[in-house]
Amino acid sequence: MQTVSQPKSLWSGEIGLIAVLAILGLLCLYIAIKTIEPAYAFHMGLGFICAAIAIFAIFQRFNKRDAARPPLEINGLPNYNFSVVKFTTVMALFWGLAGMAVGVYIASELAFPDLNLEPWFNFGRLRPLHTSAVIFAFGGNVLLATSFYVVQRTCRARLAGDLAPWFVALGYNFFILIAGTGYLLGITESKEYAEPEWYADLWLTIVWVTYLLVFLGTIFRRKEPHIFVANWFYLAFILTIAMLHLGNNAAVPISLFSSKSVIVWSGVQDAMFQWWYGHNAVGFFLTAGFLAIMYYFVPKRAERPIYSYRLSIIHFWALIFLYIWAGPHHLHYTALPDWTQTLGMTFSIMLWMPSWGGMINGLLTLSGAWDKLRTDPVLRMLVVSVAFYGMSTFEGPAMSIKTVNSLSHYTDWTVGHVHSGALGWVAFVSFGAIYCLVPWLWNKRDLYSLKLVNWHFWIATLGIVLYITSMWVSGILQGLMWRSYTPQGYLEYSFIETVAAMHPFYVIRALGGLLFLIAYCLMLYNVYMTITASEAAAPAAQPSLQPAE
Amino acid sequence: MSSSTQTQHGGSSFFARHHILEKNPILLVIGILIMVAIGGLVEIVPLFYLKSTIETVEGMRPYTPLELAGRNIYVREGCYLCHSQMIRSLRDEVERYGHFSLAAESMYDHPFQWGSKRNGPDIARVGGKYTDSWHVSHLMNPRSVVPQSIMPSYAFLFDTALDTRELEANVATNREVGVPYTDEQMANVMTDLKAQVSPDTAEAAALLKRYPKAVVRKFYPGSPEVTEGDAVIAYLQMLGTLVDFKQFDDKANLR
Repeated sequence: MQTVSQPKSLWSGEIGLIAVLAILGLLCLYIAIKTIEPAYAFHMGLGFICAAIAIFAIFQRFNKRDAARPPLEINGLPNYNFSVVKFTTVMALFWGLAGMAVGVYIASELAFPDLNLEPWFNFGRLRPLHTSAVIFAFGGNVLLATSFYVVQRTCRARLAGDLAPWFVALGYNFFILIAGTGYLLGITESKEYAEPEWYADLWLTIVWVTYLLVFLGTIFRRKEPHIFVANWFYLAFILTIAMLHLGNNAAVPISLFSSKSVIVWSGVQDAMFQWWYGHNAVGFFLTAGFLAIMYYFVPKRAERPIYSYRLSIIHFWALIFLYIWAGPHHLHYTALPDWTQTLGMTFSIMLWMPSWGGMINGLLTLSGAWDKLRTDPVLRMLVVSVAFYGMSTFEGPAMSIKTVNSLSHYTDWTVGHVHSGALGWVAFVSFGAIYCLVPWLWNKRDLYSLKLVNWHFWIATLGIVLYITSMWVSGILQGLMWRSYTPQGYLEYSFIETVAAMHPFYVIRALGGLLFLIAYCLMLYNVYMTITASEAAAPAAQPSLQPAE
Repeated sequence: MSSSTQTQHGGSSFFARHHILEKNPILLVIGILIMVAIGGLVEIVPLFYLKSTIETVEGMRPYTPLELAGRNIYVREGCYLCHSQMIRSLRDEVERYGHFSLAAESMYDHPFQWGSKRNGPDIARVGGKYTDSWHVSHLMNPRSVVPQSIMPSYAFLFDTALDTRELEANVATNREVGVPYTDEQMANVMTDLKAQVSPDTAEAAALLKRYPKAVVRKFYPGSPEVTEGDAVIAYLQMLGTLVDFKQFDDKANLR
């Protein structure tokens, strides 16, 4: 190595990561050679190749980097690390496209079953790909990007760790790659929303603990005395997902050389673990995490303070306490004991209150700035997302009531409910955040086109309306047909008649999804043009008083 | 509605005390962990020791090796995404599908496959309802027997020989996590697998002793070897058949 002024040597973090990657990479290679399962060998081979590339990249970076660590502050201003934020933003956009496209495809499979191409593209293998790609790949990268951005900004401190944030971002996306290809190849635990097998789960655990450490480390560096409310939500999301992941995925691999594992829990206990996990993946991944986005981006975009500090405290603690109880409402009238079902229902209804507390806090943040809804389509997207949040968190408690659930369960009503939350709330608040983030990150004055944002908003909203209404009709229709009796006291419809009745609604649903996807492509174009063609922001990032003309 | 900084950050004692959490990340982490642990502890832990959670019934036994192999394929293909295996205690379900599902009926299921959506019917009690050849036709091309069906075709299962190389390890791991396979069952995994598709043999008789009510047939006669299709049909044909509801005493489980 050439020495310029001071000798350059590998930092301990670099050495440590190289060592870990080398050991894991060699282990992957060893397993890939020994296993008899081609799909597992493919995954382990990928692990080896990616570890080798990562080690090479660390050395490449070492050759280019300065001998000294990047300063935490430059001229008294924090030296933010936005490179990882940029990467995860782009990955979110990529996975969003993939996940939504698969969604439109499987929706079409239900309307036109000949689209099933066995074995890889059958509905049963593609559906986990859709759910994982939109929830964990798109949503997860949005959460990584925004949390790494928000925690730095609100702590006024550089992101903790040097390689660690990159390890989290790349490691997480590697997990997605393994999970997604695994489903297509038939590697799955068949635990809804927790399908990846044991080795992917172990890898995610390592990545997630690092994520927690990076996030906490940045909070410890903060220059602000208080931890900002958005960071409470991010913290609850990171911690609780870790707990749920470990509890629901407790499994014993049948051998080191097999992708197959056997889950420790069985039957009724496994069902309870599954929906304790499943409902709180909604509660903490898709709600707490995205509420953090709301608490930062809505006030920021509206240029108004959060409506109520006290409401945010109550909202936060009540939400995280109540959510965790709600799981059993997925198991009404099943073999789960009645007392557990009733507890789940009771807490689900109570959950309505903190959910709407959060919605009110978000919406009333616009007090004094409502006029911006007419002029700023990005803010409109954010606000409508909060309105959808309010709608689906009202629908959810209603559906958790046992008598309602006896009709809605096992039908498309559930699917519609999920998508009013997923498309209306999670996706819209993510789009709003990305529309805010991209100009900030790439140092542009504004988005390439606000007009395109407007088109995105309206086409996507139309898509959501088609999706939700068709699923309401088909779900309630099918639920009623199942329980319909003739005057003589016989069941009126055979099961297959109720399937045939769904066809028109499945076509409408696929159309709704297609509209949402088309609108999403407008966003991709807009973001691409913003990064490549928009006018650069004024060089002075810090606010300074403009002299009057 | 505007509130001054004073009422926000001073004021009543409860909100003032919250500052302690806002300024101390470790306390905040501990507070979050306590809040999110309670619900799960209360709802999950009792399920492991309350005797009333799982009824005592006669007839439940671990899966035969072929049934287990079939179940693994059921898991692999994500069948649970469209078919539930949980008949609720509602009049129309009981009349359509049979006796409501008991907790005991899935006590050896790692993982459970109750499902959450019925794009197709519940199959908790599909065993014995259709012939093997119906299942073969249906899996090969669902619309050949049910014209309005939206199920994908699974013809490839009948072209694929069942890979049994990891089956013994699979059974052993099931025993490790609590499925009561006996030593004798463990020692005969491979012979029992072949016995289940070889009716009227001594091995088949031995299999039936080890696994009462097992269905012994060559489920897919179109291939001389044991295919994945054989395993799946063996699994489907036993679903919901183990507990004899003519003998089942509902009241015996009241506590």
